[in-house]
Amino acid sequence: MRPFRYERATSPDAAVATVAANPGAVFLAGGTNLVDLMRLGVARPDRLVDVRRLATDTVEPLADGGLRIGAAVTNSRLAADLTIRSRYPVLAQALLSGASPQLRNLATTGGNLLQRTRCPYFQNVTTPCNKREPGSGCPAREGDHRTLAVLGHSEACVATHPGDMPVALAALDATVRTEGPAGPRALPVTSLHRLPGDEPHRDTVLDRGELITAVDLPVLPLTARSRYRKVRDRASYAFALVSVAAVLDVAGGTIRDVRLALGGVAHVPWRARRAEEQLLGAVATEENLRRAAEAELAAARPLRDNGFKVPLARDLIVRTLLDLLEPLQRHDPTEARP
Amino acid sequence: MDRVDGLAKVTGQARYAADHLPEGTVFLYPIGATIAHGRVAAVDATEALAIHGVVAVLSHRNAPRIEAPTPDLAVLQSPVVDHRGQFVAAVVAESPVTAREAAAAVRVRYETEPHRVELRDDAEGLYAPEKMLVGATDSLLGDVDRALREAVVGLDRTYTTPYAHNNPMEPHATVAWWTEDGELRMHDANQGSHSIAADVATAFGLRPHQVRVTSPYVGGGFGSKLYTHPHVLLTALAATAVGRPVSCALTRQQMFTSVGHRPAMIQRIRLGAEPDGRLVAISHEIVQQSSAHQEYAEHAARPTRMMYAAPHRRTTHRLAPLHLPLPTIMRAPGDCPGMFALESALDELAEACGVDPVELRIRNEPALAPETGRPFSSRHLVECLREGARRFGWAERDPTPRARRQGRWLLGTGVAAATYPATRVPATAEVTAHPDGDYTVAIDASDIGTGAWTVLTQIAADALRTDPRRIRLRIGDSALPPAPGAGGSRGTASWGTAVLEAAHELRRRLEEYGGQVPPDGLRARVASEPSAWADRFAMSGFGAHFVRARVDMDSGETRVDQMLGVFAVGRLVNAKTARSQLSGGMIMGLSMALHEGTRLDPALGLFTNADFAQYHVACNADVGQIDVVCLDEEDPYVNPLGAKGLGEIGIVGAAAAVAAAVYHATGVRVRDLPIHPERLLRG
Repeated sequence: MRPFRYERATSPDAAVATVAANPGAVFLAGGTNLVDLMRLGVARPDRLVDVRRLATDTVEPLADGGLRIGAAVTNSRLAADLTIRSRYPVLAQALLSGASPQLRNLATTGGNLLQRTRCPYFQNVTTPCNKREPGSGCPAREGDHRTLAVLGHSEACVATHPGDMPVALAALDATVRTEGPAGPRALPVTSLHRLPGDEPHRDTVLDRGELITAVDLPVLPLTARSRYRKVRDRASYAFALVSVAAVLDVAGGTIRDVRLALGGVAHVPWRARRAEEQLLGAVATEENLRRAAEAELAAARPLRDNGFKVPLARDLIVRTLLDLLEPLQRHDPTEARP
Repeated sequence: MDRVDGLAKVTGQARYAADHLPEGTVFLYPIGATIAHGRVAAVDATEALAIHGVVAVLSHRNAPRIEAPTPDLAVLQSPVVDHRGQFVAAVVAESPVTAREAAAAVRVRYETEPHRVELRDDAEGLYAPEKMLVGATDSLLGDVDRALREAVVGLDRTYTTPYAHNNPMEPHATVAWWTEDGELRMHDANQGSHSIAADVATAFGLRPHQVRVTSPYVGGGFGSKLYTHPHVLLTALAATAVGRPVSCALTRQQMFTSVGHRPAMIQRIRLGAEPDGRLVAISHEIVQQSSAHQEYAEHAARPTRMMYAAPHRRTTHRLAPLHLPLPTIMRAPGDCPGMFALESALDELAEACGVDPVELRIRNEPALAPETGRPFSSRHLVECLREGARRFGWAERDPTPRARRQGRWLLGTGVAAATYPATRVPATAEVTAHPDGDYTVAIDASDIGTGAWTVLTQIAADALRTDPRRIRLRIGDSALPPAPGAGGSRGTASWGTAVLEAAHELRRRLEEYGGQVPPDGLRARVASEPSAWADRFAMSGFGAHFVRARVDMDSGETRVDQMLGVFAVGRLVNAKTARSQLSGGMIMGLSMALHEGTRLDPALGLFTNADFAQYHVACNADVGQIDVVCLDEEDPYVNPLGAKGLGEIGIVGAAAAVAAAVYHATGVRVRDLPIHPERLLRG
């Protein structure tokens, strides 16, 4: 690990100013991803600006009935929040499906949004990687890409966003609040991450020195009927092969509102807007759900070894929505460990 | 009896190799090759040497010369690169962090040559090794091809198993320094200090007693710490070069390329049988990875040579020498992958014949060991199968695949047999009686978490008819009386026999003193002889695995709700540690079935998923109910303790039982491990 300077920022403004002015400076929150990347030599900052004590670590109600999650709220605390659990179960489920209890105790809401891909080539400095070293190439396209993207990837990069929480936030239409060199701003979480295009080294649209301070959840009475379903190679402590965050409101058999996002399939938490459009106002039959899922995945361009993700994502969308239609099945007793 | 070393371990008082920091210790970080084949053309250490705290940068150009006992251990002795990750240089620095950082600043330039890393059973260059880890390369009885042609029921299947990496909890680590007397001292994480010391002595031209290796506490090994690996010699080389104690602790990622792995295999099994399932012919042909720079051949067909009766039988092992790291033994080398293939084929044969898979195995039970004609010293496979079937409720089972559902889960059950040889090798133990009533028991045994501290204490206390608290056990030190390393499930049998015999000898001598310990104490040292029965009997433990699994119809995810293992492994010296060994093996088998496997990038010669985030081992949530049952078994021939050894048998066959349960649940036969979700999806 490269020697670095550590400092605890005294105010958001000071933190933003320091990182904006120093190309080698980065924000440090929970450190669960950054410190790993520093050990691996992937991240080589010379200055860590600890922002963990700057942002609030509370979940507060907003005047409009929504919630504001401070950027420093840890994943475990957020998952345990009673309001989150009752009003946004999809978010609590997504949080609990990620990492391990030890990591969730450290990982923060702000940091979790910004975790970087676990593409094996990105994490191995002895191989080329356009995300780590722009222009060096992408061995994943021809090499090991079983866990990588099927949607929205580019010639330059087939990495996936590794997160769970951001997928739920995408389905919930959350808003990300930041402080930056140009002042504060608010942007939809669905516009925070970018597709790789020709600049895969840029994960998000944030400016240098722009600091996430909070995430706002809008009032969505329907979100009580929401679910996160994650498929992975082992029962816990594994990244998603495919995950689905779904929010569904049905009245009289007709879909009144639906929000769908996919994890493990793209460089971003993938909001499935095409499927949503097809489903709005439609009768909630399995056939209609399937057609909508297929419409969403028509754009998929799987690689040699990850084609399974396409039918898996399709079936997972259908099954998750069906489960939401039949609330009793959500508590399938076979889910419980013997 | 509880583990005697348990308290020291859970309170952090047990000191592992890298916990030792002799005064003046510097830290080594090895640099792995970033090509799969070629030569090091240049090493530019200028930038690294300029970093404050860097003591030295070693490469083949400046490293001291050694006489490596094997090619793999000729570390920094030539510019030749035979696999990616091979150590081509190393940084020694005042702190581990500085060493690692400086390693990133060493510029190594290569001349690359074409490499070959893909395992194929039709590739050129496959060859029959002259020497296997154990047993003969090939075996042949009868006219196999004709018997297969003429058999009423025939089966021809190919099974593949991936690269698997042992990954003990404690990463490999070595601390080495020279004493003023010109002797080499090492703290090392290993499974047997004597063989490490011997390799190091050979390399440095020292007499055996001039190298002392200590390793009383070792955090797991699974075979990866039995042989000497390059970092051990590299650390000693560095201590020679810088004249200070050197500490090297490998990173998890480095362990994927420098301390061995289970080689990937392609196994073709052909069975010929009567309609009632009785086998007439068995053919088991194996192709496995070896490395380009050193041969490694494990006996995957060994169990096929003795499990089931059939007049016509053939086994072969062929190697593919690839530009990949040297494989090593990993829990039940050979037997574990071999039994995945054989037991999976038996399950397929049972279905083809319409015979219950438990019954099929019982019908093929041999009276004598099929290839050697020797009687078994004891063999209770049938009893294990029957007892397991009874406990598991097997009789109710409907063999139809994909016929049971609960919600979106498909349910299934599976069975497979287990076996592992009971061997014993000579060992020497020394027991000393002290006037205060204590006894010192000294033997270079090794406890890698298995319970050797505990069982040797017990064996000594029983033989000396004293309280276990009176036993001062000393193990894990090459200065102690010589003993084999912890491998081959023979530790308790070999070390225990030596301890037992030394204790008996001491008691005999004590009687000469009228039962009074003289003021200086009294000592007995015994080198145990090989078993007189080993050439007359076939000696193995046996077992049966029963597995209950479910598969999610939508996602292809498998959950194993129950594993039942019934074993006949002779006498249990310690029921608690025995259970841990057996259940640990079963869980490792579950992990092999569902999770473990390294993926290879052929263009780069790279194991891509080389960390614990992406090389998955079963975690708590993957493990359901584990039931371990041991039958009472008396075997007077294996050794004076009657213990057959049980470090490895738990994993053998377990993956086949999981795969059989998954087939029963889904109707999808997975012959290519691991059983990842996509293999069970119907698209």
